[in-house]
Amino acid sequence: MFDALAERLDSAWKKLRGQDKITDSNIQDALKEVRRALLEADVNLQVVKEFVAEVGEKAQGAEVLSGVRPGEQFVKIVHDELVSVMGESNVPLAKADSPPTIVLMAGLQGTGKTTATAKLALHLRKENRSAMMVATDVYRPAAIDQLKTLGQQIEVPVFELGSDADPVEIARQGVERAKAEGIDTVIIDTAGRLQIDQDMMAELARIKEVVKPHDTLLVVDAMTGQEAATLTQTFNEQIGISGAILTKLDGDSRGGAALSIRRISGAPIKFVGVGEKVEALQPFYPERMASRILGMGDVLTLVEKA
Amino acid sequence: GRTRRSLLNQLKAIVGQGPLNQEAVEEIESLLLQADVGIEATETIISALQEKIRAEVLPPEQAIAYLKQLLRELLERPYENGYSPAFAPEKETLNIWLITGVNGAGKTTTIGKIGHIARKSDYNCLIAAADTFRAAAVEQVKVWGQRSGVDVIANPGKNTDPAAVVFDAIEAAKARNTELLLVDTAGRLQNKKNLMEELSKVRRVIDKKAPDAIVESLLVLDATLGQNGLRQAEVFAEAAQLSGVVLTKLDGTAKGGVALAIVQQLGLPIRFIGVGESIEDLRPFSSYEFIEALLSG
Ligand SMILES: Nc1nc2c(ncn2[C@@H]2O[C@H](COP(=O)(O)OP(=O)(O)OP(=O)(O)O)[C@@H](O)[C@H]2O)c(=O)[nH]1
Ligand SMILES: Nc1nc2c(ncn2[C@@H]2O[C@H](COP(=O)(O)OP(=O)(O)OP(=O)(O)O)[C@@H](O)[C@H]2O)c(=O)[nH]1
Ligand SMILES: [Mg+2]
Ligand SMILES: [Mg+2]
Repeated sequence: MFDALAERLDSAWKKLRGQDKITDSNIQDALKEVRRALLEADVNLQVVKEFVAEVGEKAQGAEVLSGVRPGEQFVKIVHDELVSVMGESNVPLAKADSPPTIVLMAGLQGTGKTTATAKLALHLRKENRSAMMVATDVYRPAAIDQLKTLGQQIEVPVFELGSDADPVEIARQGVERAKAEGIDTVIIDTAGRLQIDQDMMAELARIKEVVKPHDTLLVVDAMTGQEAATLTQTFNEQIGISGAILTKLDGDSRGGAALSIRRISGAPIKFVGVGEKVEALQPFYPERMASRILGMGDVLTLVEKA
Repeated sequence: GRTRRSLLNQLKAIVGQGPLNQEAVEEIESLLLQADVGIEATETIISALQEKIRAEVLPPEQAIAYLKQLLRELLERPYENGYSPAFAPEKETLNIWLITGVNGAGKTTTIGKIGHIARKSDYNCLIAAADTFRAAAVEQVKVWGQRSGVDVIANPGKNTDPAAVVFDAIEAAKARNTELLLVDTAGRLQNKKNLMEELSKVRRVIDKKAPDAIVESLLVLDATLGQNGLRQAEVFAEAAQLSGVVLTKLDGTAKGGVALAIVQQLGLPIRFIGVGESIEDLRPFSSYEFIEALLSG
């Protein structure tokens, strides 16, 4: 199955016919196609510029393998570079030396934090690590009900003090309760907030200060556009994140946000959400994500055979 | 982050008072791309701009004025194709607004906001809690019903058929001479065939059960959305016969540029924008304000 990008690269690659080396001059068209593919995939423009420059350098001097069309070979170079940027292997959830491990969830409104909180709790239970969820979202209507309903579904306790309490206090008492009950991991769900909302970002910073989490996970919707970079930067600068969860990958977005998040924060994407059900959580696979961002299927296997 | 210098200053820094050159045009192109306008829509806009500057000398001020006029024409084209610029329910008749969209876009919150504004304008309103799937969805829309002073029709059973809830809600609306029935639906990704079919079924029930009602089918889009928004609009347009768009979360840093491509390609008008989480944070769409924000970078 030949892919749109490889095909477009091929047509942009006419100059390479008969050339034995990839040089700066003959890859400009190809780099333009890569730029276009990444932008179509919602990768942030600044991130695209840097990445394309790096790929251009990396490709210099590469032998043009006979028997493999140059377009495909170039796609492999781009794909491998994407994989290395996004982190070769998967990074697991933190595990504190002495329990409880504390995980803090953060992100914009509606990205999937509450659902991901329940998914993580279920994931932990399957690894025989007891879990507790803390409902600090006192703002959104029925947010606490939502977490409690999910908690009942997966038989994981939910700590809450209603919607009149102070989120920082709920978080603090929640962690105390988890310690008292010898819970292995406590996951703190927080309200959605804009990275430019000073009060809400200050609240999140206070929660983090009080509970001192082992993992602070930024939950980002995979269909997010250019802003994935800006919001990641601000959350990372003001709060500090140790990882990210990319949600709604069961949609058909290209998920270029994955590259933006990684480049801007350096934090690994630890899990992906692939459905509304609580079971729909998977580890992050950089290889698959790279192929998805490039909008290609199995061109890679073609190149490996060469 | 990006410097907050206005587009005009950025262009002036490049060309001073002189005509726009290639570098200045690329500055505009970058701004549009970073506002999620998308490559294709950006290319059409940029080529129109380049054509203009071939015909006429355009220093920065005029270039920006031309760009704004271009974008405005684009955003207001639906009003020339049968969509009235003013958007409000018709008095003394049943209007049904079906609120659809992907997960977390802001559907339920937007229903609360619309219910509130409709009550303030003395419309007799009702809400159908047709999201029977997500945890605490019915509780959530009920809170919005209380906040806006609008009754909510819900089926007590779990995972009941949304179409059944809508059927009951239309019956209740007829009995009460409701003027505006707002239908909340579960978030669904457009590539889920079964869920999109469920939505079509809800629309069919509305058309059959209330043939004389004035039906609006609105797609709620999150302003932070990238190019997947275009695909969403295409598939939802077909499944729910969309008649408009609501762009939410414009109080964030995102500009919602994908809406330009949606208006351009699907001819759908943007009807409301969401600018916050509270009940007052709903505005009628203004192409002027949207373009100013989009170009503010
Ligand atoms: N298809 C799909 N839907 C998801 C996924 N994760 C979450 N959702 C849905 O996205 C919507 C928002 O999820 P929530 O968990 O309420 O998001 P949140 O970040 O807690 O939202 P706020 O608390 O309002 O900021 C719900 O409809 C979820 O069912 C996913 O991986 N795939
Ligand atoms: N900042 C901001 N947040 C908004 C706006 N509209 C909705 N939200 C928030 O976005 C989140 C999701 O809103 P919902 O109304 O639950 O979205 P939904 O589309 O009904 O979600 P599902 O039913 O789960 O698909 C909530 O945290 C809302 O408070 C807005 O205009 N601005
Ligand atoms: Mg939540
Ligand atoms: Mg909802």
